[in-house]
Amino acid sequence: METKLLQNNLLELIRRTSAELPADVVQAIERGARKETKDSTASYALDVIRDNIVLAKDASQPICQDTGTVIVYADLPSWCDERTFVGAFEKATAQATKKGYLRQNSVDSVTGRNSGNNLGPGSPSFHIHQGRGKSLRVRLILKGGGCENVSCQYSLPDTRLDAGRDLDGVYKCLMDATFQAQGKGCGPGILGVCIGGDRGAGYLAAKEALFRTLGDVNEDKALARLEKRVLSDGNNLGIGPMGFGGATTLLGVKITHRNRVPASFFVSVAYMCWAFRRQGFMLSESGKITRWLY
Amino acid sequence: MLLEAPFTEKKIRALKVGDRVEISGLIFTGRDAAHKYLHDGGKPPVDLTDSIVYHCGPVVVREKGKWVVKAAGPTTSIREEPFQGPLMEQYKIRGVIGKGGMGPKTLEYCRKVGAVYFHAVGGAAQVLARKVVEVTGVHMADEFGSPEAIWEFRVERFPVVVTMDSHGNSLHEQVMKASQLKLAGGR
Ligand code: SF4
Repeated sequence: METKLLQNNLLELIRRTSAELPADVVQAIERGARKETKDSTASYALDVIRDNIVLAKDASQPICQDTGTVIVYADLPSWCDERTFVGAFEKATAQATKKGYLRQNSVDSVTGRNSGNNLGPGSPSFHIHQGRGKSLRVRLILKGGGCENVSCQYSLPDTRLDAGRDLDGVYKCLMDATFQAQGKGCGPGILGVCIGGDRGAGYLAAKEALFRTLGDVNEDKALARLEKRVLSDGNNLGIGPMGFGGATTLLGVKITHRNRVPASFFVSVAYMCWAFRRQGFMLSESGKITRWLY
Repeated sequence: MLLEAPFTEKKIRALKVGDRVEISGLIFTGRDAAHKYLHDGGKPPVDLTDSIVYHCGPVVVREKGKWVVKAAGPTTSIREEPFQGPLMEQYKIRGVIGKGGMGPKTLEYCRKVGAVYFHAVGGAAQVLARKVVEVTGVHMADEFGSPEAIWEFRVERFPVVVTMDSHGNSLHEQVMKASQLKLAGGR
């Protein structure tokens, strides 16, 4: 495929991710809105959010102005190598910034200078796997700073929480994470969670868990039960949309796990805001988008 | 209820936690760079008396010789906690719009100065951008970069909720306490 065609397709992926929420997220927000008391501040907040979703889509504009860290997962087919992909994605990113699909959002951590085009060391954040498949699969999450700042990691046992090294201990961590976030991560939020791994792998896997759709059920029965319990008890905390108080505090909980060394037991939580911009596609060698993933 | 410029102490003192307010008039954006600059003694490029400052890093583009706001939701306010109260006092800033709420220091200054904290719906960039009817100026864009610059926005019926008032009440504190009780009860 011509690089230019690849680049255009990637630009369209960025545009769509920034401007349109996936159907499962919209449905979860609608469900939340039906649960809130009429005329409450919570229901008011969800109404504004729903209006915002419609406006953004119609105008092809960012749902939220914090277009976040551009997190890219790519499974490369035999016809596309890493350099070609990264080059095309970087060009698409700079173009998306110019068009206003992305805000100028990448800052040099030493000098404080904004690069102006969202490019720089670690920006976008690439996770690339070379495979031998026929199609190129690209998945994207735009994750804003507000929700990233309330993401957190626990090391079990944790005496403050009275949390041991078992699923009950994990439960206590997730309830605490929900409580600590209050409305600060632009809730209602979604928890991506990893049990185990080292600190780096744990956070990474927690973010990857966010690629699951909100409706799917964990294949691991124990984790499926835990997800349900945290979702229900988290909502019962009454923190509500934006922390205004209300019934919708969480939209979903997605838990995965990684092996750990015997000495460590980390619980990593990637908190995602309601503006859950996640999208992806399958691209054929001829440059045709054969499927949107969400 | 409607709140129109000028944002006098009397109008602001009348507001209470939980009030849904629509703001009309001129407001200024300010994020980390602007707050730090003012706190370090920098001269404000605009008159902040009886003003409302919006914690916002907007997406603004130039179209046909005019600034157009493409997205303008609130950013996290708590980062300005060390600076906000003293700046409210020094310049008689009557209101701050942001998200996530602020801490006890700002709450105390709200009481002392006669100021409030308005919570905009976080992430509602499009709804809020449409309430900005005109960009009347921009300051320090070269120094701070576009999102951190001080933008002058004329807004019409900009929707917010009062979550910290000038009488010592904070919705954030109330929700935090209530959820803490539930958390303890659930264990
Ligand atoms: S937390 Fe999400 S919705 Fe809130 S400002 Fe950041 S990106 Fe936007």
